[in-house]
Amino acid sequence: MSVQAQAWTGRSIERVEDAALLTGRGRYIDDLGVATGTLHAAILRSPHAHAKIKAVRTEAAAALPGVTAVITGADVVGLTTSLPVGVRAPIKCWPIAVDSARYVGEPVAVVVARDRYRAEDALDLIEVDYQLLPAVVDPHDALDAGAQRLYESLSSNVASDRRFRYGDPQAAFAEAAHRIGIDVHYPRNSCTPLETYGIIASYDPGEDAYDILSGFQGPFSIHSVIARALKVPGNRLRLRTPPDSGGSFGIKQGVFPYLVLMGVAARVAGRPVKWIEDRLEHLTGSVSATNRVTRLEAAVDRDGRVRALAWDQIEDVGAHIRAPEPATLYRMHGNLTGAYDIRHMSVRNRVVVTNKTPTGLNRGFGGPQVYYALERLMQRIALELKLDPIDVIRRNLVPANAFPYRTASGALLDSGNYQQALEAALRDGDLAGLQARRDAARREGRLYGIGFAAVVEPSVSNMGYITTALTPEERAKAGPKNGAQATATISLDPLGTVSAHIASVPQGQGHRTVLAQVIADELGLKPSDIVVVAEMDTARDGWSIASGNYSSRFAAAVCGAAQLAAARLKSKLARIAAAQLNVGAEEIEFADGKVRARRNPDNAAPFGRLAATSHWAPATQPSDVDQAIRETAFWTPPELTAPTEADEINSSLCHGFIFDMCGLEIDRVTGAVRIDKYVTMHDCGRVLHPGMVAGQITGGFAHALGAALYEEYAYAPDGSFLAGTFADYLVPTSMEVPAPLILHIETPSPFTPLGAKGVGEGNCMSTPVCLANAVADALGIADIGLPLTPAKLAAATQNAEPPPPARTAAAMPAGKRRALHGAGEARVAAPPKAVWNALLDTRILASIIPGCHDVEQVSATHFRADVTLGVGPVKGRYRAEVKLEDLVSPRSATLIGSAVGALGSAVGKGSVRLAGDAAGTTIISYDYDAEIGGKAAAVGGRLLDGAARIVIRQFFEALARRVAGISKPAWRLWLERLLAQLGRRP
Amino acid sequence: MKPPLFDYVRADTLGEAHAVLAAEGPDARVIAGGQTLIPMLSMRLARPKVLIDIMRLPELATIEETEDAIHVGAAVRQAELLARPELANRQPLLAAALPWVGHAQTRSRGTVCGSVAHADPSAEIPLVLVALAGSIALSTRRRRRTVAAEQFFLGLLSTDRRDEELIAGVSFPCTRPDHGYAFREFGRRHGDFAIAACAAVVTAGSVRLAVGGVADRPVAREWGALSGSALDDAINELAYDLDARDDLHATARFRRDLVRQLGRDVIMEARRCLA
Repeated sequence: MSVQAQAWTGRSIERVEDAALLTGRGRYIDDLGVATGTLHAAILRSPHAHAKIKAVRTEAAAALPGVTAVITGADVVGLTTSLPVGVRAPIKCWPIAVDSARYVGEPVAVVVARDRYRAEDALDLIEVDYQLLPAVVDPHDALDAGAQRLYESLSSNVASDRRFRYGDPQAAFAEAAHRIGIDVHYPRNSCTPLETYGIIASYDPGEDAYDILSGFQGPFSIHSVIARALKVPGNRLRLRTPPDSGGSFGIKQGVFPYLVLMGVAARVAGRPVKWIEDRLEHLTGSVSATNRVTRLEAAVDRDGRVRALAWDQIEDVGAHIRAPEPATLYRMHGNLTGAYDIRHMSVRNRVVVTNKTPTGLNRGFGGPQVYYALERLMQRIALELKLDPIDVIRRNLVPANAFPYRTASGALLDSGNYQQALEAALRDGDLAGLQARRDAARREGRLYGIGFAAVVEPSVSNMGYITTALTPEERAKAGPKNGAQATATISLDPLGTVSAHIASVPQGQGHRTVLAQVIADELGLKPSDIVVVAEMDTARDGWSIASGNYSSRFAAAVCGAAQLAAARLKSKLARIAAAQLNVGAEEIEFADGKVRARRNPDNAAPFGRLAATSHWAPATQPSDVDQAIRETAFWTPPELTAPTEADEINSSLCHGFIFDMCGLEIDRVTGAVRIDKYVTMHDCGRVLHPGMVAGQITGGFAHALGAALYEEYAYAPDGSFLAGTFADYLVPTSMEVPAPLILHIETPSPFTPLGAKGVGEGNCMSTPVCLANAVADALGIADIGLPLTPAKLAAATQNAEPPPPARTAAAMPAGKRRALHGAGEARVAAPPKAVWNALLDTRILASIIPGCHDVEQVSATHFRADVTLGVGPVKGRYRAEVKLEDLVSPRSATLIGSAVGALGSAVGKGSVRLAGDAAGTTIISYDYDAEIGGKAAAVGGRLLDGAARIVIRQFFEALARRVAGISKPAWRLWLERLLAQLGRRP
Repeated sequence: MKPPLFDYVRADTLGEAHAVLAAEGPDARVIAGGQTLIPMLSMRLARPKVLIDIMRLPELATIEETEDAIHVGAAVRQAELLARPELANRQPLLAAALPWVGHAQTRSRGTVCGSVAHADPSAEIPLVLVALAGSIALSTRRRRRTVAAEQFFLGLLSTDRRDEELIAGVSFPCTRPDHGYAFREFGRRHGDFAIAACAAVVTAGSVRLAVGGVADRPVAREWGALSGSALDDAINELAYDLDARDDLHATARFRRDLVRQLGRDVIMEARRCLA
């Protein structure tokens, strides 16, 4: 492209999107009108992490007035085929639980009703019989041969196990002076877009075709997945997106199972169906980044030069291997050596299924997990070899003269000058000043640390990298997959104005603005002359499998395709203009809204008039111009080839570079982290819009800060989900996110039309580990896992706790998280035998169990009860089962119980001991352990312990009253009642 | 996330609110600012049959200041109390704690008494009431009674309010010249539920320390003019007595550490105010 003196591209012009978005005129899916007769769906979700579904009784729900349909797994199996799985494994993947529920929040039934309120009323009436199975939560446990299996058709929970070798890692490790390793448990988190999933689906039985509107973000390879699942040809699935999207960050790729589910719902109901996911559903059951267990070792020379890496990664994709998983693991495969020149590497990649939410795209996709291990390791190398961490980084960076540089595992690093970026960051970010602040703080006894991270940020994914998960033989059988087709269409209307259509599905980034800049430069117009349409319609627009908004492909790929389309149109217009202006086509230039002869600018025509020629006077066109009305360009880079026989893969087209450094302080008492200074140096090739690049970096930094310090999709050992609201899944606000110092150098990519690279995800890769390195430096510790919570950091610094005063019972030992436990005592003014008999008497039990409606005695020691339990206004109805074991009359018993209701489920075990004294009084002592799951655990974790204590105390207090009451004289009971009525407690 | 069916009564008179409460008992719930109740309804955690809206009752929308107390009616929003001129002079502890209640957005809707009615163990307003030995006024159609804050909060989300009673208002004792006050809280983000919050009221001869976020209710303890290790021991004893538990955000040990540190900090700060 010829860069004009006053090019629009590269300037921070005002975003064309903002006027509407900032004045509340955005058109998000929930703002759009729906067809008359549209119904609303609500989803019943599993409260259990792992259970067989024995029966789903929907009659009562279906009979509720206003309910049109209730759909279960059986209906979905009847109308669809299983979603494909990204590895060769004999397992099915349905958008709803079929026979088994495998994570908390998995859909079990869908109600379609006249409105959402009624639909949710009906959910309360569906009864599901679950047979609980042990949950597999930890990826390490999932490897165990003896572990509960998630899929009977799979011989273990390991769905894929691949080993790779590049160069000669064995020799390198044998020869190296040092072998230094690190173990990392990377937690689960998500970028939680402001707008949740939303779908409006309809089915036309006449055409046997589905029309689905949704904030789906691509990649549109998923279109094929959905069409196959819905059993229609591709041309009978019309997928559309609304004009605006309230954020995605990858997450809205994960809406696709729901597109299938709502397609089925619309088909069964015979009416259009709308579903807007709520926040509890989103946090519990949408999609998460993967958690990963990594062992990474390096063969290191004495001077810190890394000769080889050995990766062992265990990837936890949750309960299903949903497309495109296990892509999180393979997206980084080409650049597993990071920013470093390391020629030898071995990799073992295992993919395990566990009883957690399935994973999918999430800003940074695979980067945070890889760089956390790699950059923590670089810090460990410096520490163990007593070297300056900056020197270790310097010594290993890919040399500036080596680009394009082919990595050991096959990536082609397009451009860069890592040394220049590093030195500029140290200078302009003032490392010396940071070190002085650290020294001063430490002299005062404060905990201050400095961290670094150097990463390569891949962008524009090769659609073929995912097949690296397959063996070369499996790939040969399936046929090659590669490339990254990008497309853009530019049209001229009869008034000669310019419109562009793109298949990039923006989510607020400002694609329309940047495209207007790029096209304006090409055609000599102003950005405000161009209208860019960004909503997608697969029935009308140009698109391909790579279309969509992911892998930071917009600037590099979509802008490039738009520029190509504009250039083609321009070349035709130039030939038309040449004929009209009587000069050669090469003499024509486009500037200032005119088309003119370069050497005689007065010989000119207004752009609009020329651009209308093909509409009004096609006969005047030169014969080598067919039309100058509409150009659709497709662009795919030749560098993105399929994996080789040796498993080398150029997983991404572009590779930006980031060097981060930060200084932070940790409060000795509270463990709170205060970021003193954060510096982030970027080379993202040519910058198209500096303001938006700063926005991307700032936003990515905020997400990364959340992942590092606050956020975790936490699960209890039983698989209960614990972060169902934003009170427990803590997203940093503007109060918690300091502004980073952003620095740039530019080394344009030789592989993209504009020289631009992606920039949207880098800080999600670099910042978590940079902060962790600083925390490790501050605390002087080797191991530190995310999120870096105050309680965790305080525990790393604390001394022995002051002992409790003598009369206080010793504090409870810290047990497993979320396992409720407690103990207590109650006194009953009756002998043990009377208490014992009461405990085994259904009528008495019915009167003392808090909120009991009914007790049924199944056997002498097995009771079933219908109870309303709760504290304060929070109440729920439960079906409870209690079994008594180890009965030693009248001394002790073990109670094993469970309760299931709309608010969740509980299983617990308690023991009760009765001791009589001479005065005829019984002392009941009890202790219990319980696990609570479902909604109660997801939204009320903070309060569960107290609630359990209250309910159990109520039970024993009622027991004490009741049993004592039996032996009390009648006048005393009468007096107590009277006093109670008068508002006094006896 | 839509509530189940409920009836909504917008009381036009106090008598109407009392009558509905008396008739519906535990099936009724008073709604004021709705900052806690509406999410609970939407998540179907609470299923009252009737909501009684008291926000149109002028007699509940008042803040009255007397010689010794600030009386806040049940329809007064947190933001209104916080914005009151001279609040920091009339009761510095209240002025220090109110900005920690939720966020500006929730304070502009949430009421002072709503927070008291809900009795969240981490809530700041109940903590301040207990620290100051304030009181809660409850009314029925026939009767009015006043309960000391320490007797009112019975446990997790549980209070001494009877089903037919309406919280008419709360009273915060005003500052006194020979008293010093201080408040500190630690949460993971500003506006989060407190992991631990401490409020101190001191005089030359006494120390009163109240702690929220640790036990199932705000708990206060009073000592003589302790200092040095005797004070540390006393706070340590309180820290253990609160029976802290582990949750997603903090361990029991961490909470005890915070009580020991923040407890001592607020007492010291309150004493500095005295001087």
